[in-house]
Amino acid sequence: MKPAPFDYLRAGTVQEAQAALAAEGEGARVIAGGQSLVAMLNMRLARPTLLVDVMHVAGGAEIRVERGQLVVPFAVRQAALLNRRDLLSEVPLLAAALPWVGHVQTRARGTVCGSVAHADPSAEIALALVALDGTVHLRGRRARRLPAAEFFTGMMQTAARPDEMIEAVSFPLSQEGTGHAFNEVGIRHGDFAIVSVGAIATGDRLRLAIGGVNDTPLVRDWSSLDERQVDDALNDLAWSLDARDDLHATARYRRDLVRRLGRKTIKEARQCAA
Amino acid sequence: MAFDTKTADVEERIEDGALLSGSAQFIDDLPFAVGTLHAAILRSPHAHASIVSIDSSRARALPGVAAVIDGTALAKVSEPLMVGVKIPIKCWPMAVDRARYVGEPVVVVLAEDRYVAEDALDLIEVTYPPLPPVIDPEAALDVNAHVLHEDLETNLGSERSFRYGDPESAREAAPRCIAVKVRYPRNSCTPMETYGVLAAYDPHGTGYDIQANFQGPFSIHPVIARALKVPGSKLRLRTPPNSGGSFGVKQGVFPYIVLMAACARIADRPVKWIEDRLEHLTASVSATNRVVELQAAVERDGRVTALFWDQIEDVGAYLRAPEPATLYRMHGNLCGAYDIANLSVRNRIVMTNKTPTGLNRGFGGPQIYYALERLMQRIAQELELDPLDVIRRNLISAFPYRTASGTTYDSGDYVRAFDVALNDGRYAELLSRRDQARADGRIYGIGLTAAVEPSVSNMGYLSTALTPAQRAKSGPKNGAHAAATISLDPVGSVTVQIDSVPQGQGHQTVAANLVSGVLGLRSKDVRVVAEFDTAKDAWSIAAGNYSSRFAASTLSAVQLAADRLRHRLSRIAAAQLNGRPEDIVFAGGRVHLNGNPEASISFARIASASHWAPGTLPDDMEPVIRETAIWSPEELAAPTSEDGINSSLCHSFIFDFCGVEIDAVSGQVRVDRYVTMHDCGRVLHAGMVEGQIRGAFAQAIGASLFEEFAYGPDGAFLAGTFADYPVPTVLEIPTLDILHIETPSPLTLTGAKGVGEGNCMSTPVCVANAVADALAPKCGAVDLVLPLTPARIAEFLDAEPAAPEGYQPAAPTTGKGLTGRGRAKVSASPQAIWDLLMDPEQLAAIIPGAHGVSRPSEDRFSADVTLGVGPVKGRYKVDVALSELDPPSSALLTGRAAGALGMGEGTGRVNLTALPDGGTEIAYEYDARVGGKVASVGGRLLDGAARIVIGQFFTALGRRAGGQRTLFARLFGWIGGGK
Repeated sequence: MKPAPFDYLRAGTVQEAQAALAAEGEGARVIAGGQSLVAMLNMRLARPTLLVDVMHVAGGAEIRVERGQLVVPFAVRQAALLNRRDLLSEVPLLAAALPWVGHVQTRARGTVCGSVAHADPSAEIALALVALDGTVHLRGRRARRLPAAEFFTGMMQTAARPDEMIEAVSFPLSQEGTGHAFNEVGIRHGDFAIVSVGAIATGDRLRLAIGGVNDTPLVRDWSSLDERQVDDALNDLAWSLDARDDLHATARYRRDLVRRLGRKTIKEARQCAA
Repeated sequence: MAFDTKTADVEERIEDGALLSGSAQFIDDLPFAVGTLHAAILRSPHAHASIVSIDSSRARALPGVAAVIDGTALAKVSEPLMVGVKIPIKCWPMAVDRARYVGEPVVVVLAEDRYVAEDALDLIEVTYPPLPPVIDPEAALDVNAHVLHEDLETNLGSERSFRYGDPESAREAAPRCIAVKVRYPRNSCTPMETYGVLAAYDPHGTGYDIQANFQGPFSIHPVIARALKVPGSKLRLRTPPNSGGSFGVKQGVFPYIVLMAACARIADRPVKWIEDRLEHLTASVSATNRVVELQAAVERDGRVTALFWDQIEDVGAYLRAPEPATLYRMHGNLCGAYDIANLSVRNRIVMTNKTPTGLNRGFGGPQIYYALERLMQRIAQELELDPLDVIRRNLISAFPYRTASGTTYDSGDYVRAFDVALNDGRYAELLSRRDQARADGRIYGIGLTAAVEPSVSNMGYLSTALTPAQRAKSGPKNGAHAAATISLDPVGSVTVQIDSVPQGQGHQTVAANLVSGVLGLRSKDVRVVAEFDTAKDAWSIAAGNYSSRFAASTLSAVQLAADRLRHRLSRIAAAQLNGRPEDIVFAGGRVHLNGNPEASISFARIASASHWAPGTLPDDMEPVIRETAIWSPEELAAPTSEDGINSSLCHSFIFDFCGVEIDAVSGQVRVDRYVTMHDCGRVLHAGMVEGQIRGAFAQAIGASLFEEFAYGPDGAFLAGTFADYPVPTVLEIPTLDILHIETPSPLTLTGAKGVGEGNCMSTPVCVANAVADALAPKCGAVDLVLPLTPARIAEFLDAEPAAPEGYQPAAPTTGKGLTGRGRAKVSASPQAIWDLLMDPEQLAAIIPGAHGVSRPSEDRFSADVTLGVGPVKGRYKVDVALSELDPPSSALLTGRAAGALGMGEGTGRVNLTALPDGGTEIAYEYDARVGGKVASVGGRLLDGAARIVIGQFFTALGRRAGGQRTLFARLFGWIGGGK
């Protein structure tokens, strides 16, 4: 369990990091907290030719509020975001989802943008970003911004080009009268979600986001859904997903969780909104 | 002199300073010789395959590589490992000509560092024609099953039947016969520290010098020596000062000792090998999986009059020493805590394409009690009795007790322990808790378990696997010595050498407490050495740290040595104090005559007298410098001609009960309360006994709810990381109420019995019984398979609501491989697509990551391809055969891919249908199996990865065929889904 040889660059600026990515091409990979990438390196599942370390770039760890958005730059650790004093009022869904991301130890190293870049189908941060219509700020030779729903294109697949790094992700600040809830079932606390559910309720409107089932977080909106319709709506949603068997769970169990955890999460979100 | 727990300073552990400060030295911390080479092991990605060629030329050419050693080279300097049952199979520590399990060593690379060695592994090409895998133990016995070891001509390694009392008559006389069939899964008590070996060979006469974190039993030492073709005196085996957990598992390092020692000899350089976590989970050792049919003849009141065991034990690919010990360790206590005089046993050992098994905490107990205690609950359910009454009516009530199969239970008071547990554990309160929960509509149940925990194994129990005639021929085997040496140095300080190999248990502390108590010293004045050295220490085949033998056995030897030393020192002191030896008192670091503490001499002066002033010793006395005691319990006799076997010396008693709640949303099992009552004889150190119980309980919760070494039907190993082998963390381990009674063992000098393994035996079935009780109101009696994962529990909860109309499954449901289907539309004619698919140059452009495609024959393609998802990429050699060709509309593709990350094989059918607009709809279905590293560590992501790679192929095909990109915008929507 030793990595194959690679070059390592400790970037001093975003420009330097981006130029290195552009020069190296497909073989380059940004390393931030390393909580997914280092394990893959050690198992030789990933064999990048160049690692560009962005954790020493000045200003990369400063969270800011800007035009109604919470902007989280590339070097912000998950623990730093979770410990942000106003997170619960700023982005309640994120505050509810973050404790489910790995463990205290991995959150102390892992970054928010790193999790987004990794695009694991079970990732809680990705789910929250898509559910909230967040934005991914990419930096190639030029900067561009993508809605989260367009950024995640498949399992561990994103719309980022090889010469682009994530400069930040941004989450819209919560509006008055909106309720949020998040629930998850994994094998152990901190494991990859078998199913995770985020719910956002505003008046009659309801949004549900499902992680861990399809290759990317799935979002479903209802303009109104009364109590009698919830079970059927969730059953339709459960069967419409691409639930499959794996070592830890059956397709049927995943559908069960979409139905039961979905119902519980909707209820909690509506209570918060009320 | 009896050990006094009250006066010994038992609170602090001597070991903890080094452990907590990080200065403790483990195998990977030890210095190694100049010129040492570092080993990495290429392992089989196949469950079953021939090895027809190994091309290591590129690996040998890599700078820094010193040697590349395969099974053929190994076989030139070593012999196969001895097998405990006389059968014609060859157990090599590295595959010779055939690989029989995923992870089996195939090639060892020795290089200047581990990085280079692993780089070299990627350059070795092995040609493995696969053989049919044999995974299920019952299927392995099928006459048509492929045979793993051809000379044996069957997968049945051993079969024996036993009969004690008159079980058939008891069954005829009984009003009821009640049976269960259970499958105990594969799991392991994964230690934090993995295996490590430092091996050197001196060709000039001293032989092999090995350091390894081996834990014993040292009956393995002659097995290693024989495999390496040296007398035992030329195999020096040492253990490091600290070992980071073992739980039986580090017995399994011994094949690697042989392998690395042979490599050191071949390369003529010392070798270091440290196992990594993937290697450990895949291929170190595991507990056996077992299929048990257990039947009881039962009276109407629940009294069991006979038991009929039929066990199929799956030991994996080789019957490796000391197997079939897992099966026979419990042979003397197959009736558990119950007074059952009639017993019938049929034991079969099968070999399958899985990792060979070995020692694991609980060793045979979890498998036995899972069947026995599920049966006791089933008896209560079927007879509509209180399970408490069924247990109580069957409990053994008088001691010592002779079991049907010939073991003596040394002491106990099971009925009292049971009553105290119910009372002090507040069982009545738990019943009301269940009533209340059920009244609230929650899913709540209570489980019970009684178990006997054997300790201090009879080294002869394994020979019960042989027939009496075979035993007569090979000579009797029995006993379980323990050895300890106490030395006095020239300043009179005391050093104790013990024959156990602790891995964190605190043996040094307890031994120091004992010796200091006998000699009137402070325990910190006594140094206890637990590094083992077969060249210098007193040891026997029974030495080591297993079968919970320390407190009962090793400490008995320590007690014996300390008492003898005290006796001899008393004579020296008596001569100097002008008194009688029997009047000498040892206290406070001094010695004096009873009643005259003022006239005392320092202990150090007496203890050093033999070094400095032998003239002061009484005339007939030899110098007192060291005392070695060998303690040998005579009760551990060889099996009788009637197959009676006293399989263990001591027998502790456990009675557990628990309440669990099943979460109605998630199906997760939450242990609400757990009470465990132990009678482990004399408690020598309360904190360490508690630590043993809590540790075993934690691992048992893992076995109950989380952990399984899962294999695919093709033998792929699926649990190669702690994400897929989910050991519970502190968040998943419930609180535990521990209760004790003490009935000291009359057979050990300390009165202590084993306590380290009990909850591994009792807890999994106690939790399962509670889950069964929780499900009973809704489902009746249920069969449960461990681990009790929420997905398994969910099957017992509400039936699934029907799918909406028009629902189409995403994939054909054929077995457990990767399956999928999809469609893509391409704006070119079927003939144009067909021509592309049949042209190697075009394919090279279409196949994602292809480095060139060739067509060695009309219906075969070969390619070198880089496949992957996101950052996960690997290079594979791909061979595809085409058949059932119907140009230009359909073809069947059968393919194989192999690379450093693993291999895959599968079939796919492609259908091309002309569309009215001139385009083509491509429909495909595939069914694939993936093995090797990528299956072991990435199972969760494989399905998605397959879909992505296939998607990339069709996207490229569409582009190449001239289709507009917009036509493929929804491609991913189609792939794998009929949505």
